[in-house]
Amino acid sequence: MGKLTFSMGGVHPHDSKYARECAIEELPLPQTVYVSMAQHLGAPAKPLVAVGDSVKVGQVIAEPGGFISAFVHSPVSGTVKAIAPRKDLAGNFVTHVEIAVEGDEWDPAIDRSKDLVTAIPDDKAAILDKIKAAGVVGLGGATFPAHVKLNPAPGKVAECLILNGAECEPFLTSDYRIMIERPKEIVVGAAIMQKVLGGCRCVIGIEENKPEAIAAMTDAVRELGYANMEVQVLKKRYPQGGEKQLIDAVMRRQVKSGGLPIDVGAVVQNVATSLAVYEAVQKNKPLITNVLTITGDQIPGNLQHNYLFRIGMPLSWIVEQAGGVPETAAKLISGGPMMGKAISNLDAATVKGSSSVLYLSEGMTRRKPATSCIRCGKCADACPMGLEPFLLNRLYKAADLEGLEANAAQDCIECGCCLYSCPAYIPLLDNIRQAKGQVMGVIRARAAAAKAAAEAAKAATNK
Amino acid sequence: MTLTFIWTVAILTVLGLVLALILFWVARKFKVEEDPRIDEVEKVMPGANCGGCGFAGCRAFADAAVKATNLDNQYCPVGGDEVMQKVASILGFTVAAKAPQVAVVRCNGTCSARPRINEYDGVQSCRVKAALYSGDTGCAFGCLGCGDCVAACQFGALSMDPETGLPVVDETKCTACGACTKACPKHIIELRAKGPRGMRMYVSCVNKDKGPVAKKACASACIGCGLCAKTCTHDAITVVDNVAYIDFTKCKLCRECEAVCPTGAIHGVNFPKELDKEAVKKRIADRKAKAAEAAKAAEAAEEKKEVANG
Repeated sequence: MGKLTFSMGGVHPHDSKYARECAIEELPLPQTVYVSMAQHLGAPAKPLVAVGDSVKVGQVIAEPGGFISAFVHSPVSGTVKAIAPRKDLAGNFVTHVEIAVEGDEWDPAIDRSKDLVTAIPDDKAAILDKIKAAGVVGLGGATFPAHVKLNPAPGKVAECLILNGAECEPFLTSDYRIMIERPKEIVVGAAIMQKVLGGCRCVIGIEENKPEAIAAMTDAVRELGYANMEVQVLKKRYPQGGEKQLIDAVMRRQVKSGGLPIDVGAVVQNVATSLAVYEAVQKNKPLITNVLTITGDQIPGNLQHNYLFRIGMPLSWIVEQAGGVPETAAKLISGGPMMGKAISNLDAATVKGSSSVLYLSEGMTRRKPATSCIRCGKCADACPMGLEPFLLNRLYKAADLEGLEANAAQDCIECGCCLYSCPAYIPLLDNIRQAKGQVMGVIRARAAAAKAAAEAAKAATNK
Repeated sequence: MTLTFIWTVAILTVLGLVLALILFWVARKFKVEEDPRIDEVEKVMPGANCGGCGFAGCRAFADAAVKATNLDNQYCPVGGDEVMQKVASILGFTVAAKAPQVAVVRCNGTCSARPRINEYDGVQSCRVKAALYSGDTGCAFGCLGCGDCVAACQFGALSMDPETGLPVVDETKCTACGACTKACPKHIIELRAKGPRGMRMYVSCVNKDKGPVAKKACASACIGCGLCAKTCTHDAITVVDNVAYIDFTKCKLCRECEAVCPTGAIHGVNFPKELDKEAVKKRIADRKAKAAEAAKAAEAAEEKKEVANG
């Protein structure tokens, strides 16, 4: 098979993967870690520990707060100092468990050896339980609890598990490094998920700008010899790593508006999630570490790193270990330059989904003043979801919610291609994100009203 | 040539007459019978169509008023009592006078009191900014300063003060339609009773952080110390989630809370005289001393009684 890509839109930013040669280093432990209770999509977790409790590495410290939620574990050993609201990287208050680090004593159930365990347990339910108990969430960005995604609703059949190794965001190299350094673990993780999903096909999608990762993963797949698993080379194009775009690229199927990947028989998981699944199932290790890239433009090589961090380490600690914030940095971003969020509070703690700290220079990040729309249509060409960003922008300004819904503002994946391609520097995404939120609110309210009406009707007939 | 001209005029005249007849017939046949009072009520309405009453516009308000059995649930904030009296007289209802209200900005985080800790480079819209992060100051509750309220105001009553970075309400223009209260993503703006001769008290802060955190973010933040609530003799002040709130229906404008507030978060406006903090504080101290004395005396009397009984 040749190189594949998605069928609509997309842009080609320079990939800027300057930190690609930096091997993953393990960070020393700080004196205190702050473990957020909202590290995943869905309801925040509920703390199970009290102030003064001593905890070990890997011990459960919080339970899921709802169906879509996840367990949280202690990343260090020490004493719980406080359970209090603390600012996250956007400056909003979130409950954090503060743990003072004492030594590094791991839960004895965790297998810390480096040996590869290839024998996969037979019991699917037991595997799912382990994944849930380990607090594994999708590490591609959205941090959706993995056990929910791996357990499709009755009647839905997974035909293909797509492992996302596209890493289409410029600068980021964490997925690239784990694919080179730990390919076999990732492949075993994929095989475990394949089993849970009922032995479906598995495709590992990697963009062509990562030949070493493609070679390493192909070798690992061949060596381990799991059935129905292959590496698929993808063309370099942003946002290839978007769930719906990847399904389009690999399976040539498009997810309907408002639908889920499982509706077209697909389950997409990131390679880092696969590694977390491997560690959870084969090594009993909960999700307490992840890999994070420190890089940026105009940054000297010695300030660029790929770090294995413990979740809850403050960003400021990691930045300090990496050699401090360089003078050229005007803006710090957590995540990629296209979809990442600006860090307004460097004291914020890392979370499960933290993937990078980017230092961007003034020239790269400063917005240019917006001018009038010249109707060139570049935004519509660039939109990978087939939307018309210029139109949505106008409808948002006119507060036309019906028009926004009719023009599918709710389908926006917030990839930023429109903003990237606009020659008039119109803040399209800023406005469309708002519009999307409003339309989603309307849709949710309507669904809730319909549900209430159905229940009322049911109650009436029962009487 | 002449014939063509005559024909053209004749055909168009006939066509016009026939179409006019059809229109006349249709207008008669499909006439919607509307209560004439709707038009009458609409005429006395201010015609701002601001939606401040909760209806889509003045006509919708008039329509609802005509269908209603009383006017208890309807009020035109723009027209106020004057318009409501007119509406009531047309419809034969009676309405009770309502205290006029005014929009109040409950944030005093000026540029000097609340230092900026980062720079915002996105769209100048509070809604967009609020969705992205907590704002460019240490306070996650305060005014974001992009002026969504100013844009929402149809009456030109709001403007941004470039020096403080906060919106200012022009009381003479504010109609209390409530558009700004809905536009503000931080829910800082509140409609409060205008008060006698415009005099009113309010807590100019909505920061729910604990005292030290709030104080660090903003010098004029309410720190939830509760001094005002303890001092208030009218039971008008409550402190919930580390922030005080003055119930304007109970407030008697004695200004004692303003005098004791350690951060200056409580504001009194339109008072004829400047607040003499020391005098008010002395008054409070005297009252407390008197109360303590009275309590002591009562205790002594009680004891005496017991002794006598014993």
